[in-house]
This record gives sequence, C-alpha cells and structure tokens, in this order.
Amino acid sequence: MSSEVLLKVSGLEHRYGKHVGCTDVSFDLYPGEVLGIVGESGAGKSTLLKCLATQIEPTAGTVEYRGRDGVMRDIFALSEAERRLLLRTDWGLVHQNPRDGLRMGVSAGGNVGECLMAVGERHYGQIREQAGHWLQQVEIDLDRIDHMPETFSGGMQQRVQIARNLVTRPRLMFMDEPTGGLDVSVQARLLDLLRRLVGELGLSAIVVTHDLGVVRLLAHRLMVMQAGRVVEHGLTDQVLDDPQHPYSQLLVSSILRV
Amino acid sequence: MHEPGYNFAYLDEQTKRMIRRGLLKAVAIPGHQVPFGSREMPLPYGWGTGGIQITAAILGRSDVLKVIDQGADDTTNAVSIRRFFARTAGVRTTERTREATVIQTRHRIPETPLTEGQTLVFQVPIPEPLRWMEASERETRAMHALQEYGVMRVSLYEDVARHGRIAKTYDYPVTVNERYIMSPSPIPKFDNPKLDRNPALQLFGAGRERRLYAVPPYTRVKSLDFEDHPFHVETWDQPCALCGSTTSFLDEIITDDAGTRMMVCSDTDHCTQRRAEAEDAEPMRRVAS
Repeated sequence: MSSEVLLKVSGLEHRYGKHVGCTDVSFDLYPGEVLGIVGESGAGKSTLLKCLATQIEPTAGTVEYRGRDGVMRDIFALSEAERRLLLRTDWGLVHQNPRDGLRMGVSAGGNVGECLMAVGERHYGQIREQAGHWLQQVEIDLDRIDHMPETFSGGMQQRVQIARNLVTRPRLMFMDEPTGGLDVSVQARLLDLLRRLVGELGLSAIVVTHDLGVVRLLAHRLMVMQAGRVVEHGLTDQVLDDPQHPYSQLLVSSILRV
Repeated sequence: MHEPGYNFAYLDEQTKRMIRRGLLKAVAIPGHQVPFGSREMPLPYGWGTGGIQITAAILGRSDVLKVIDQGADDTTNAVSIRRFFARTAGVRTTERTREATVIQTRHRIPETPLTEGQTLVFQVPIPEPLRWMEASERETRAMHALQEYGVMRVSLYEDVARHGRIAKTYDYPVTVNERYIMSPSPIPKFDNPKLDRNPALQLFGAGRERRLYAVPPYTRVKSLDFEDHPFHVETWDQPCALCGSTTSFLDEIITDDAGTRMMVCSDTDHCTQRRAEAEDAEPMRRVAS
C-alpha cells in the first residue's frame, strides 16, 4: 500500500433543505484500500456516496483526488467536462440496481464497450475483444456477449455492470449495495469475484452497504454512520469484533447467527 | 406577383427575421442545433414544416426555387410546396438543379453537383442523432456540449455485432467540422459523401422539434464508422433502366400487378437531363458510324 493519499475528504456535508443528509465526514483513502460504510437505512450512506461520486454537490466540505499525474485536486472545483472525464476514466460507479448503471436496450458487449468508445477507441475488433475479456473476468460466458441485459439474471446483470466499470481500468470504484437484492449464494460468488478483482487490479473502493457480512469480506477499513454522522471509524475487524460506540454495538449484535 | 392577402413568402417579417437570426447562429457553429420559435404552417408536421419555414425566411424575389421529395420533382409533397411558394411569394420555380438558387429537399441530395451560391434546405423529422440512445434532452445537450459521443458508436457497435456490418442506410450520423455529431436528415447514406465540402450552403430545419442547424459551404463532414468497418455507400448491380446511369441512387419501381420491377434513378431531373443529352448525341453517333 502506497503512502500517498488517493482521496481526501474533509468536513463533507450535504443537506436536503433543512434536513441533514450527512455531515462532518472526513477520511483519507489510500491506493489499494477498500473502505466500507455501514449504517441503517437513512443514516446518510448513499448521500455520502453520491457526494463523493459527484452525483450531487455537497453543501460544505471538500473532496480532493490525486489524479494519474500525482496532483491533488478538489473535484468540485473542476469543470463539468473534467469531472465527467474523471468519472469515465479514473472512477467507476456500481449502482445498487443494475438497471441504473446499464443501458437495457444495448447488448452486454455494447454496454461494456461503451466506455472504451467514449474515450476514443475506434476499432471494432479491439472494442469487442476488450469487452469479451472483461465479461470473462466477471465470469460471464463469451457466447452471451450479444445478449440483452434483460435476458440475464439479477446477479449476472450486476456482474455486467461491474465489467462495464472495469473496462477503462479505473483506480477508484464506488459501490452502492453491490449485493443488494441478490440471493445468498449469488451474493457469495459476487463477493468472491469483487475480492479477487480488487486484489488483482489494485483498485481502491468505497463500498456502501447495510450488510456487515459484505464489509467483513471486502473492506479493510470501516465507517459506521448514524443519523448523518460517522460514529465510529477503524479497521474492519477491530470495529466488528470490538465495537466501541453504542450504535456499532447494537449493529453488530443484531446480526442473526445461524 | 404573389397572391394578395399574404405577406411575401407567407411568414410575417418578424418571424422571418427570427429564423434568419437562428440560421446565422447555426452557420456560425456548424452542426450545432439552434432552437427557434417554429410557427404553425398550413401543412401538417412531418410534411416539411421546418424546411418550408427556412425557405420562407431566406427566399428573395429573384430566387429560383426547386422542391424535391425522395429525389422527384413530381411527387405530392414537392408539387404542393412548390405551388405554395409560387402563390405566396410569386418566385420562379424550376425542376432543373442547375437553374435553382434555393432547393428544398426531403430524403435526397441532387445528383447534379451543387455550386457556390446555391442553398439546399433539408426537411428534418428528428434533429437529435443521440435521441435513439438517450431519451433526455438535457443529457443530450450536455453530451453535445462536452463532445461526449461514445454512445453514438454504441449503436454502430450493436449493428456490427448483430449483422456483421453497419446496417444503418439512411439518416446516417456524421461529424461536422470535427466537432458536432449531426443527423443529416433521412437522406440515404449514399448522399452522405455529398455533404462533405459541398460548395453550396446546407440548411436544416425541424418544425415539430423546433431546431435549425447548418453546414456552411466547404465544411468537412465525416460519416461515423469503425477503423475496421469503414463507411461505404450502397451500389447496384444494374444501371438505371431509363438513362443507363451507373453512378446515381436507384429506386425500385413495380410496373405491373405481376411484380415486374425496374430500377430507375430516384433523381428525376438528373435522369431526364441524361436522357435528353443521349437523344441529342444519338443522330451524331449515327452519322459517325
């Protein structure tokens, strides 16, 4: 793990009118690190992720990101063109619902290839080869490359969405409940896959979930949120095995053990 | 003289001025869609209300107007629009491409090469080339502004993946002046090369969608393609049955109830001219042999 900070968040706040979405969030993310954000519904996890992924603008605070050139930049000071380019090339965003992240009227190969075409790839053969490669990386058979996402199961759609994000070789992935709505065995396979990809590609990731099992497997560090605030922050095992804050204790103890 | 009771070329002067302002902006930014306040015209949407408004706005008393529909001068749409301007503007009309100063067209660019000083007015049903891939107008505008055109190639990718080639044959998207992606209106892709560095001014009007855009003379227009699937135009394995042309765009005409077909030029003026020239040359050839 490199010692240079990849993403630096300080004093981030987003308000929906008077109502607080998330407030006073600060953390550093290092290259190759996976940060989990957990908390109950309405705790501000998704708001925070949307702020980080520039889907919505924060009311206060800054998000700085180290580009491939090694320079730290405030992402909300960038022009919209630069921000979109960043989102297309350096970042990936995996939505909870694959329908939000995929073009449902376009084949799996087209979905994966789109980002390549967006950054200037003009050779059909190469686009297709790359799309095939990444579909295989997420364990989808090559003979399904021309099939529509509608014909895929939920877990497969989620994997196509991940392939679509990986094709431009991003350095940072944002994932919002990547395993939400999937059954347990499919969840387990997807988690294995994500863990392998994060390890192989040296990705950094921020994973939002309410499923503690997901963060136990994926995340190096963990942030627990309640009512828009970060109430506990530490190494995943530390937080899960020895929670300090009453809310974290409640969260950990409410897992049903079978 | 035009018919009394109408302003010259039907539209009021204020509206014409508004359209001309829009056209100036469109010419200044080749391929960029400029909104304009489209008026109700005495013909239904889809019949060329965009084109007819441009023609009305640019027409002068000394102009000579030609109107074509699918290449032909004698189809309903072409005849009606030509007569409309003959009555409301009193301008001279023609079927000859060479004689015309303003040519309003639907679905074709004339085979006869255009010259400087001529203006080609296209009727456009859907001006937004990204519309099929992106439904949101706000998003397509951002995509144009930021030159974010990856999604346009996705539609070409899907064609090649499904059919082994780019299957789009009309309204084939183009890049204008290496900047904006533009819909050339539903002309066959056969005509796309004619858009490129054409000496004539090319204006596009979409009445229902309220958009104007333009390709100024000698502007570079490139059809979208892949490096390994380059753009090419359609060809026919037989010549025109009437004039024998091997280089023009052919239509298939069914001539009787038994399904007999013939392939003829879609550009009627071009076909007629060629036949007239051939007849003129015929006696000479006879004398020579």
